[in-house]
Amino acid sequence: MDPSSAPHPETPADPGRREFLTKACTVAVGGVATIPPLLGGIAVAFDPVRRPNPSGTGFVRVTRLEALPADGVPRKFTVVSDRVDAWNKFPETPVGAIYLRRISETEIVALHSTCPHAGCFVDYVPGRNHFWCPCHNSAFGVDGSIETVGSPSARGLDGLAVEIRNGNEVWVKFQNFRTGSAEQIPV
Amino acid sequence: MIRPLLRWIDDRTGIQGLMREVLFERVPGGARWRYVWGSTLTFTFLIQVITGIILWAAYSPSSQTAWESVFYIQHQMWGGWLVRGIHHYTAQAMNILLVLHLVQVMIDGAYRAPREFNFWFGILMLLVVLALSLTGYLLPWDQKGYWATRVATNIVGLTPVVGPQLQQVLIGGVDYGHHTLTRFFALHAGVLPAMLVILTVAHIWLFRRHGIKARTPYRKPDAYFWPDQLLKDAVACLGVMAAVLLLVLTLGTPLDAPADPSEPYSAARPEWYFLFLFQLLKYFPGELELIGALVIPTVVLALLFLMPLLGRWRVGHAFNLLVLVAIFGGAGYLTVAAVRQDRSDPDHVRAVAQARRDAERAITLASAPAGIPVDGAVALLRNDAFTRGPRLFAQHCASCHYYDGHDGMGGVPKDPPTAPDLKGFASRAWIADLLDPEHVDGPRFFGGTAFKEGRMVRFVKRSIPRFSEEDQQQLALAIKALSAEANLPAQRELDAAEAEQIAAGRKALLSEAMRCTECHEFHQPIADANGPTLTGYGSRDWTIRFIADPAHADFYGSRNDRMPAYRTSGILTDTEIELITDWIRGDWYQPAAAPVPSTP
Repeated sequence: MDPSSAPHPETPADPGRREFLTKACTVAVGGVATIPPLLGGIAVAFDPVRRPNPSGTGFVRVTRLEALPADGVPRKFTVVSDRVDAWNKFPETPVGAIYLRRISETEIVALHSTCPHAGCFVDYVPGRNHFWCPCHNSAFGVDGSIETVGSPSARGLDGLAVEIRNGNEVWVKFQNFRTGSAEQIPV
Repeated sequence: MIRPLLRWIDDRTGIQGLMREVLFERVPGGARWRYVWGSTLTFTFLIQVITGIILWAAYSPSSQTAWESVFYIQHQMWGGWLVRGIHHYTAQAMNILLVLHLVQVMIDGAYRAPREFNFWFGILMLLVVLALSLTGYLLPWDQKGYWATRVATNIVGLTPVVGPQLQQVLIGGVDYGHHTLTRFFALHAGVLPAMLVILTVAHIWLFRRHGIKARTPYRKPDAYFWPDQLLKDAVACLGVMAAVLLLVLTLGTPLDAPADPSEPYSAARPEWYFLFLFQLLKYFPGELELIGALVIPTVVLALLFLMPLLGRWRVGHAFNLLVLVAIFGGAGYLTVAAVRQDRSDPDHVRAVAQARRDAERAITLASAPAGIPVDGAVALLRNDAFTRGPRLFAQHCASCHYYDGHDGMGGVPKDPPTAPDLKGFASRAWIADLLDPEHVDGPRFFGGTAFKEGRMVRFVKRSIPRFSEEDQQQLALAIKALSAEANLPAQRELDAAEAEQIAAGRKALLSEAMRCTECHEFHQPIADANGPTLTGYGSRDWTIRFIADPAHADFYGSRNDRMPAYRTSGILTDTEIELITDWIRGDWYQPAAAPVPSTP
């Protein structure tokens, strides 16, 4: 049967208005049907935002005073601490590296090994007595201050709090900082 | 402002024409509910793509991280349970909707010329969706998915000539592991969805080319797809989503214990929509399996593919409908038969309960503050007394000992017990019953042993009934003191609260009136000890040493009755003995402030 010749009932009174209601209902019903997966998806995607840095921000024991040369040359140390990675917990595992420098008999300076510009690993170059970031060719002085003129970094290397405990143990408050900013902001 | 911008875009893209093409499909005879199934399938596929990509971003396919990441999604991440639940149940809804769509197309005759190709595309899409279900089932790498996949891929291995090679390619080696997961994941999230997208585009394009196969007689004036039919479609989609949500909220989304090839899984069954195939295999034992596994499904598929051609024949349409009824009737019958057989099989019911217990335990252990070790969550269960203790007991101890009247796993051994029932061993109640003339030579204690008429039984049956009232009170204290030796976790608080009574009980135990130390040592050596030492009786150390060698001088010595020296003769490892001991003593990890898990 040809559809156009099918018997057509009477046209409703106000087709325009009826049509608008149908469209509005369709959009509303269809919208409601997609809400659950959409809400759930957003929640899962943004789950990381609510998780605080699980690696402790307390002090960790790094080394002993005797391990540091008296001439003030920085030495690199691995920081070993507990680490949480989603469902895994790693007790006592390497979590980062720092440079320690002895400036007097009992005074130690700790610098983070991460460049505050873009987060590359900064290397100490003994011959030139400075820290060298290979990513954007910039140098930091042995005390962490910016050395390169026009350095891309907004601040010098990040210092970390150091404590001498039990006479000769070096404890460092190891934490990471936001890169790119002039201020030192812990993450 | 908006209008010129839209015109500018349209001039360059032709988007308005496309939208008109998509939305203003003519629906002869008006919108109808029976046309909604195709749209619900498109909708569910979109839902699967959205939730699938979200899950993809949190899932880690390897045999040490798959279960763990799914656990993390389900139990730790914000809304993870919701997204995974929707993905899980929408997959099942798709299978039902596919059948409904197929039935509607068949009844309305929309599969016949010129729509043959569209029908064939539809059948291919049905197969792709089934393949998506099958591959998705494995990804959590839990016991259920692991064992079901083994069965499914072993069936692939039955394929004549190239079977074994085909299976090896599919699972990424001769054994199931990392590459089984990476391959199944690539199929599930890459290859199969891409195929489905291509087929869907072709399917809808052909559908639009031929127009809707409208049902006559027309009841209403012609309408357009937008908004009339689309409103009905949207309502149907909302209904599907509501049903899916209801299932997520009421049944929850299952996650079994992590896959363990060394742990039998008697509850293994495919998902419900594959149960008919599973049941079919039962009728083709041994070498004949090939018929049930490959030949019959292939014949049925071939028949489906031929339907558009058969439909040209005068009674072809009726024949096709009859075949369809036979196929779905048969599948339905087989599904019901499979479910009924399982429900009436006590072994299967017990296996399902066991699987649920293991699953709950795995979640409890994985949620513990210690986290999941790098070896994966399966190591948590392997080192858990609550999980492994009863299994080891059933295997090694239950031929003589019962545990609360069963074999530790809820089964009843075929022989009566020939050694004491160890439920509550060394607890106050257990010792009190042992010292009860009514029970001491009964089946729960020495009834089946060589000591049935020994000195201990004689003492309990003859001497204890003659105890004076004061002696009875002393005995009650001595029981508390002896039980305190065990340091049982369940009695720790009670023991601490009654420290004074226990101290008095120790003295009583050593007194001549009680006569214990005529045969047993208790914190001080005696001349001719011939019963097990009561020093540390039932403690972890005492029990481990006892199981290791019951014929040791501290225990039964040369009078030992049949019990093997499990350690010294190499039957069990140290770890296994510790697991049995901890389980008998009720000593296992329990989350703080959570109900104590029940033993089977």
